[in-house]
Amino acid sequence: MGMTMTQKIIESHSGEKSVKAGEFVEMKLDVVLGNDITTPVAVKEFRKMGAKKVFDREKVVVVLDHFTPNKDIKSAQQSKISREFCREMDIKNFFDVGQMGIEHALLPEKGLVVAGDTVIGADSHTCTYGALGAFSTGVGSTDMAGGMALGTTWIKVPSALKVEITGKKKPHVSGKDIILNLIGRIGVDGALYKSIEFTGEGLNELNMDDRFTIANMAVEAGGKNGIFPIDDKTIEYMSERKIKEWAVFEADEDAEYDDKITIDLNKLNPTVAFPSSPENTRDIGKVGEVKIDQVVIGSCTNGRIQDMRIAAEIFKGRKVSKNVRTIIIPATQEIYKQCIKEGLAEIFIDAGAVLSTPTCGPCLGGHMGILASGEKAVTTTNRNFVGRMGHKESEVYLANPAVAAASAITGKIEDPNNI
Amino acid sequence: METRGKAYKFGNDIDTDLIIPARYLNTSDYKELAKYCMQDIDENFTKKIELGDIIVAEKNFGCGSSREHAPIAIKEAGISCVIAKSFARIFYRNSFNIGLPILESKEAPDKIDDGDELKVDFNKGTITNITKNEEYKAQAFPDFIKKIIENNGLVGYVQSKLKQGE
Repeated sequence: MGMTMTQKIIESHSGEKSVKAGEFVEMKLDVVLGNDITTPVAVKEFRKMGAKKVFDREKVVVVLDHFTPNKDIKSAQQSKISREFCREMDIKNFFDVGQMGIEHALLPEKGLVVAGDTVIGADSHTCTYGALGAFSTGVGSTDMAGGMALGTTWIKVPSALKVEITGKKKPHVSGKDIILNLIGRIGVDGALYKSIEFTGEGLNELNMDDRFTIANMAVEAGGKNGIFPIDDKTIEYMSERKIKEWAVFEADEDAEYDDKITIDLNKLNPTVAFPSSPENTRDIGKVGEVKIDQVVIGSCTNGRIQDMRIAAEIFKGRKVSKNVRTIIIPATQEIYKQCIKEGLAEIFIDAGAVLSTPTCGPCLGGHMGILASGEKAVTTTNRNFVGRMGHKESEVYLANPAVAAASAITGKIEDPNNI
Repeated sequence: METRGKAYKFGNDIDTDLIIPARYLNTSDYKELAKYCMQDIDENFTKKIELGDIIVAEKNFGCGSSREHAPIAIKEAGISCVIAKSFARIFYRNSFNIGLPILESKEAPDKIDDGDELKVDFNKGTITNITKNEEYKAQAFPDFIKKIIENNGLVGYVQSKLKQGE
């Protein structure tokens, strides 16, 4: 029986001759990642393990991105723990304020993750790198500590869902709508413990930023990872930032899948996830009249340059509603600079939006845009759980950047085709 | 190993933001985290529970973020065990890694009511409902997970691997 793409990557890093779904294997790691929330707990557990040094100073990556630039004294103390640990261990890829960006936009941009890599990160959206054809998955802090100490981790070989993308995108549809559509159909545990392997001619319609968005939210369907085959676009993206070799893996033709699902782009409209679950999706035509108080465009899901360009196209020559606080957060310093170079920064500011330094900030209710009770926000982030962006009686509606920008202008959830 | 306590029931898809909201993640002090356990779903949760009590939930418990602060908050609050129909995968890993006992059972959450007195035998994988005089079966742990449990979590497991490598 053949193997899926994910199984082949795991096998190549396990020393096993073949692997089957359900087996537990020890897997060698190419990257171990942590952030300012999860690293301090990992440091504590790393010490308890009796480890003296990390397995490879070049393969551990720490990014201070969640509560930074630090929002309060407690967060500053946490960052200090991470900073001192990275100094002590001489971690090569430590990103502090000034260099940092949102981790899952930053690592691919710096070339730190490439096709064929195995990555664990103490952050659930580590699955983003599946867009590059890597096997990457989120873990907790103790797993991060174990990974830093041993350079390996235990993994249960996942079975897979095959998602075939067909057709051509309609206007104002992007990666976000594809993944929201999938989660809406299979539910927040529809891919529990599984890989989601994307295929089909529709992939030609998706640039790398679309694919990052899709792989990013695989965890929102319960998935272990989401992964894309490598094509010219992947190779071009990696070539532009090459610092290490990559390896191309393909699913066997006779690979077995638990289920196959087709997403027909010809029929897909902008999609919004209503509170308080990413599976609670509606077609933009069926959202009704929902007045909003805030818009956030950013995050590891939709804070990349394409997202900024899409938003700017809608904001150009327009003003945001006086009732909507509009917060735009380019995910990395490179993307921020690009926004300035291309004139997007000026468009955002002229429209009446705030342009923030990179941070996860409001996505997890940390800082830079917390909601009061009864307030509603349209955001390009990834979770709309109860209390996710602030007060437990506030509401988050997940959407693509075009919908978010259009909503900022009219003050209600808006179809960008109406702008 | 056995535990005994009162059941506190929760629904489907209890996410890690409900277990411990991100606004409290600016610390890695485990006792501090415990104070806010389940706060946004039941403000009085940590005041009501007694040492050894048991959380019983429906499907996909612990979905959402990778924050280990979630199982840590539950464990440090004094909860002895979580029983659910299924667990989100990162929460599942984290729980074994930090030594919070969790059990999967399709049957138990349907039959247990809030406040029922439960006894859990981890070796046998049985859940006894003392209030209702019923017994339910939990799913057996895979062998590899048993190894982690025998080492009292991942810290012990890594410790022994590091020693082997010396």
